[in-house]
Amino acid sequence: MSLFLAHLSVLTALLSSLVALAYGQRTGLLRAIDSVLSQDSRHYPDLPARVDYLFAPDRFARIARIAPFVLLAFSGAAATLAGSIALLGGTVDQSTLPFGLPWLIWHTRIDPLSGFFLGVLGVPLIAVSLFGPGYVREFEQGKYSLAVLGFFTGLFVAGMEGVLLADDAFFFVVAWEVMSVASYFLVTFQHEHAANRRAGFLYLLMAEIGAIAIILAFGVLASFSGGFNFDVLRDVALSPSWASVAFVLGLLGFGMKAGLVPLHAWLPEAHPAAPSHISALMSGVMLKVAIYGFIRFTLDLLPTLFWQWGVLVLILGAGSALLGILYALQQQNLKRLLAYSSVENVGIIFSALGLSMIFFSNGLKPLAALGLLAALLHCLNHALFKSLLFLGAGAILHQTHEQSLENMGGLIHRMPKMAALFLIGSLSISALPPFNGFVSEWLIFQAALQAGAIPSGVLRSMIPAATAVLALTSALAAACFVKVYGVAFLGLPRSRHIARATEVRYPDMLAGPALLAALCVLLGVLPTPFINALSGVTGQLLGETLPGVSALGWLWLTPVAPEVAAYAPPLVLAGILGVGWLCYYLLYRRTGLEPRRADPWDCGFGGLSAQMQYTSGAFSMPIRRIFQPVFALREALEEQTEGPGQHRVVRLRYHFQVLDRAWLFLYEPAGFAVTRLARWAGRLQTGNIRTYLGYSFFTLLILLWVVS
Amino acid sequence: MAIEGLNYYQQAVLLLAALIALTSFLMLGQSRLLRLVGIFGVQGVLLAATTAMVANALDFPHLYISALLTLALKGLLIPVMLHRLVVRMGLHREMDTVQHPALVMMGGTSLMVFSYYVSLPVVKLSSLVTVNTIAVSLAVVLLGMLLMITRRHAVAQVVGFMSIENGLFFAAVASTQGMPMVVELGIAFDVLVAAVIFGVFFFQIRSSIDSLNVDRLNRLSEVDR
Amino acid sequence: MAWLLALFETLLFIGAAPLLAGWIKRVKCRLQNRKAPSVFQPYRDLRKLYRKQPILPEPASWIFRAAPYIVFASTVLSAAIVPLVAVNLPTAQVADMIVLAGFLALGRFFLVLAGMDIGTAFGGMGSSREMTISSLAEPAMLMAVFTLAMSAHTTNLSQAMNYVLDTGVVLRPSFVFAMLSLMLVAIAETGRIPVDNPATHLELTMIHEAMILEYSGRFLALLEWASQIKLMLYGVLVANVFFPWGVAQEFTLPALGMGLAAITLKLGLLAIVLGLSEVLFAKMRIFRVQEYLSFAFLLSVLGMLSHIILEAQR
Repeated sequence: MSLFLAHLSVLTALLSSLVALAYGQRTGLLRAIDSVLSQDSRHYPDLPARVDYLFAPDRFARIARIAPFVLLAFSGAAATLAGSIALLGGTVDQSTLPFGLPWLIWHTRIDPLSGFFLGVLGVPLIAVSLFGPGYVREFEQGKYSLAVLGFFTGLFVAGMEGVLLADDAFFFVVAWEVMSVASYFLVTFQHEHAANRRAGFLYLLMAEIGAIAIILAFGVLASFSGGFNFDVLRDVALSPSWASVAFVLGLLGFGMKAGLVPLHAWLPEAHPAAPSHISALMSGVMLKVAIYGFIRFTLDLLPTLFWQWGVLVLILGAGSALLGILYALQQQNLKRLLAYSSVENVGIIFSALGLSMIFFSNGLKPLAALGLLAALLHCLNHALFKSLLFLGAGAILHQTHEQSLENMGGLIHRMPKMAALFLIGSLSISALPPFNGFVSEWLIFQAALQAGAIPSGVLRSMIPAATAVLALTSALAAACFVKVYGVAFLGLPRSRHIARATEVRYPDMLAGPALLAALCVLLGVLPTPFINALSGVTGQLLGETLPGVSALGWLWLTPVAPEVAAYAPPLVLAGILGVGWLCYYLLYRRTGLEPRRADPWDCGFGGLSAQMQYTSGAFSMPIRRIFQPVFALREALEEQTEGPGQHRVVRLRYHFQVLDRAWLFLYEPAGFAVTRLARWAGRLQTGNIRTYLGYSFFTLLILLWVVS
Repeated sequence: MAIEGLNYYQQAVLLLAALIALTSFLMLGQSRLLRLVGIFGVQGVLLAATTAMVANALDFPHLYISALLTLALKGLLIPVMLHRLVVRMGLHREMDTVQHPALVMMGGTSLMVFSYYVSLPVVKLSSLVTVNTIAVSLAVVLLGMLLMITRRHAVAQVVGFMSIENGLFFAAVASTQGMPMVVELGIAFDVLVAAVIFGVFFFQIRSSIDSLNVDRLNRLSEVDR
Repeated sequence: MAWLLALFETLLFIGAAPLLAGWIKRVKCRLQNRKAPSVFQPYRDLRKLYRKQPILPEPASWIFRAAPYIVFASTVLSAAIVPLVAVNLPTAQVADMIVLAGFLALGRFFLVLAGMDIGTAFGGMGSSREMTISSLAEPAMLMAVFTLAMSAHTTNLSQAMNYVLDTGVVLRPSFVFAMLSLMLVAIAETGRIPVDNPATHLELTMIHEAMILEYSGRFLALLEWASQIKLMLYGVLVANVFFPWGVAQEFTLPALGMGLAAITLKLGLLAIVLGLSEVLFAKMRIFRVQEYLSFAFLLSVLGMLSHIILEAQR
């Protein structure tokens, strides 16, 4: 049943990409239908009228715009349903597909792990499908084809679902490539901008390098087991060194796609370049698919786990989290900022996975289950709030065509509903109670606190250090999203077109984010049922489930034991609402003193203007200064003076640019090396026909020699 | 043995050991020379107190003499000498800033973890309750070396050197029953002599290169660049 | 019954917070050879503010109006989970120390947003500085909590206090470091002297005052009260977690009375320490605060390491 639904969701995603192709093909379709109808129109006399009705130009355009998204929503719903059935039932379904090579048939399978990730994929997909039709309207009259956008969106979704369903290395890699290549076309959708083409190329390059690493990793397993089916790979016997080689390759490949520092530099380039609803899918979902790949490969396929791997993952994760959020704080482009924040969240997820691996290799299975559970929950949470925030950024972009925070301000008065939804997203991602981001971070902290159970003292001192980094990260994340919200939505508008902004016109564009926001609150307030549902995954991967997550009843969350730690989010919410309302009632309703409006204090200078506000760059300046060594900072001060002796400064202009050190240390040298290598190889191309004949001749000679 | 099972003197030894480690870290991060010398004096006093506590906790009466000696020499005499030296040479307002304080501190913390890791086998062999402090004493030695590496100023380097000696002395007290009296007296005397020699040495390099920045000594290299 | 007691304790907490603020002010005045106002002056100030008609700046949105209520509610909630006179209250089960940090962060989030809501330079400046300082303080605080939790094997405040009570007086190096670190963090987070000056309205030095500059009337009263509760909260944390003796372990009248007397004494002493330190130290430059907070972090790291190296079972 669940597998059927999952196949159905892949099919509908593919169908949506086909339907999207119909956009702009009205005349062609009409002609085709006419030719069919002319043969047997007497059976259905009213059909031509209906066709005419459907194919009225305006109506057809609307249908063609909406239909792919309807199918995508259906695909998302089917995926979520399939995932829930698999997760709750704890069943494993396998089947084969009649595709592939004759000796390599594609296998599919759905188990609790892939079921969970299907849910992580499905829910944001539904929201995106609600949001999408309104958002893509602005492309209708533009130079970019909606058919292309819809085609590759469907393919992209189908690819991701394929990765989640694959049960053999061959199909996995094929689906992975479909996902990567389709998303490349989405990144370069607005290809008129040189920056987008550059981002797209970089993205494709990194995706392919990652894919090579993944293929090699599977190759190591396959060469020792003699098959590509995951069932065969699971039973492989590997020497520790070969296992480590496979692990490092897998970490490289999946980590690159997930955006681990220092392999992340493509991510903040590529994610903002795509249209916003695609950015939401890429940041919210595609990164999770990469994490799924890592979990599947490491915890499921690899036969052993060493604690050193866990330490590596923990360090990489903590480093990514810290650097990701530090760079996010320094971004002025909203979508770029969100992309860097995805690096941070992936880092948090990997830290939790690293903890889980360390616990598992030390034989502490319940704690390993706790770590894995925290990682999975954070995957879901991040998918929800990051999609929400990207959709919010998309709504702002749609209404104002503005991405830079430096030009925003005061949007809460102009887009009140979107502002409220964005606030929920910001609160969730800043890990504040009682929202969902806090639950998963709290679980990670609880897992880390149990480090005392590990025998090795060095590990015991290392885990708290990594956790302190996570604490710093979550505090910086709060600072980052305070900045985003305060600069974009509060204060005075910093530019004229922002001052003229209005709320989104289509209720659908609010419905998508609203769905995600509601889920953020729900998961934050009532996490226990979700966490209990996840026990199927931990049971499948680690052979251990957490017994007492709700030892004190469903209101309470008690990951280890009631006396160790307990958290009751519903009571917290009730407490905050209760106390807040009581104060409101006592202080306002009872006295009835209505506040008076007046101008804010302006130090007697008269007239506040938007230019006097703190800007986005100014807000993060103290942090930029404190963490100076992390950033490559380029600053310039232009001064225009006049008067006698050029003493009077008339105009000051300050530029600053924060560069990613990974660019300077890793990417630019690597790019340089590749270019040099290419130039060297380019010498083969002399352009002289006799040289080419010589190449063929020697190739022939060598081949003959090999054959004999 | 867990700390709850120890008596108060033994607990005090552990507490003092931790405080000694703290003074080492403080020295690592302190850029003012006078405060550096002051913290060094505090470390000497703490070391003396630790020695006295060990003497009580493990019942080694001869350690009381060592404690007194430590207090007199490292807690009072040498810091006071260094202090007067710094003031006399007009260095009391001089800063010897650390280049990347956060990095140095992180290095110091990892050195502490490292010394814990290294001292694990030793700890397994011994049965003394104070043996846990070996890691701390090793860390004090390593942190002293780190101090000498990261600083340019000759006075800071001398303080680092003295702090290494403190660490060694602490290790001797904590892990064994203290060194024999003769050795201890000899070392104490050596340290005193060293301090005097350093004092003379300061004046010498200052008169020859006009600064106490040891990086300037590079100029003495005979190789032409 | 237990819930009722918890409610009563929370009310006591909220009610006593201005008194503590008044006492600290008195101690400071005395130390500076000034004439001190009555210890009940904060109550009078709050009442005065409460009766005044508030003024809303023109560009203010609903965030500006809602923030005082949210800040106050989250602070009250954190006060509810910190044991004041008795342990084993049911409220302690609702949230642990990490959630406590989360509550404080929630209040701060809205306070900072409110500071940015008006669009004046002061609000932005205060907000930016507040977020910078708190993001550096949070890891130090969490490390201190970790150190405590590693010994006590719990993050539940009530359980941790029970653990300390049960093991009796033990000279733990880790606790000494954790306490010092927590005190430094507390000074930074409550905006006391070396970090921020609660008594100043000098534009360039203020942090907390800069954010709430536009507030007046009952909104200001709520925010002032919340910051007094926060100060008391940190005081109770330091006093009760590291020196829990005297706190009531069962709910009998003598035990509760004893607990009340003990916490009054402890807070009174702590206030004197705070007053002394405020008189002795000068406020530092904003970019020196990072050194101050990294020292706090170093202390808590050392606490953690000394727990592992010196105190652990072998």
